[in-house]
Amino acid sequence: MTSTLESYMNRMVNVVTGDGRVIVGLLKGFDQLINLVIEDAHERCYSETDGVLITPLGLYIIRGENVAIIGEIDEELDKRVDLENVKAAPLAPIWVPQ
Amino acid sequence: MLFFSFFKSLVGKDVVIELKNDLSICGTLHSVDQYLNMKLTDITVSDPERFPHMVSVKNCFIRGSVVRYVQLPSDQVDTQLLADSCRKELADSKAKQ
Repeated sequence: MTSTLESYMNRMVNVVTGDGRVIVGLLKGFDQLINLVIEDAHERCYSETDGVLITPLGLYIIRGENVAIIGEIDEELDKRVDLENVKAAPLAPIWVPQ
Repeated sequence: MLFFSFFKSLVGKDVVIELKNDLSICGTLHSVDQYLNMKLTDITVSDPERFPHMVSVKNCFIRGSVVRYVQLPSDQVDTQLLADSCRKELADSKAKQ
């Protein structure tokens, strides 16, 4: 019943952060504050003019307060997406700009 | 705690969650916790042209603090009961002070 990330452990996840970035990688750990440990993390930078730019980040810890969504990636589906031809504006930040 | 219980009663129903960055995600409510973090299954993004960022995601966890609205199935919600329960909880908390 309780919302836990246990079922996403050691799966590819798509994390949307508070500032609107999209980070993809293997979920290796989490805690009750939703701090995350992401192995082999890559950032997917979306652009309206070019395709998606993938930036390798390595092993990442994301602080829980900066996490918006954690999506479980369907890897079969993900392989079929042609990221080079996906054009979209980056996600807006969750936080109201000061 | 009232809204936590309320959302627990909606588990298994389809909801649309709008985030503070205007992203709207439609899916089946799988679970909810005390912070109103929610897990959705079988999700679709309302405007996939504008938001292709989640195309390969079927299940997701949404942090309660980033939610702006939750659109509920109106036929599944007894608004009168919810309003009465809110008043009762408020009255009970005032009585405790």
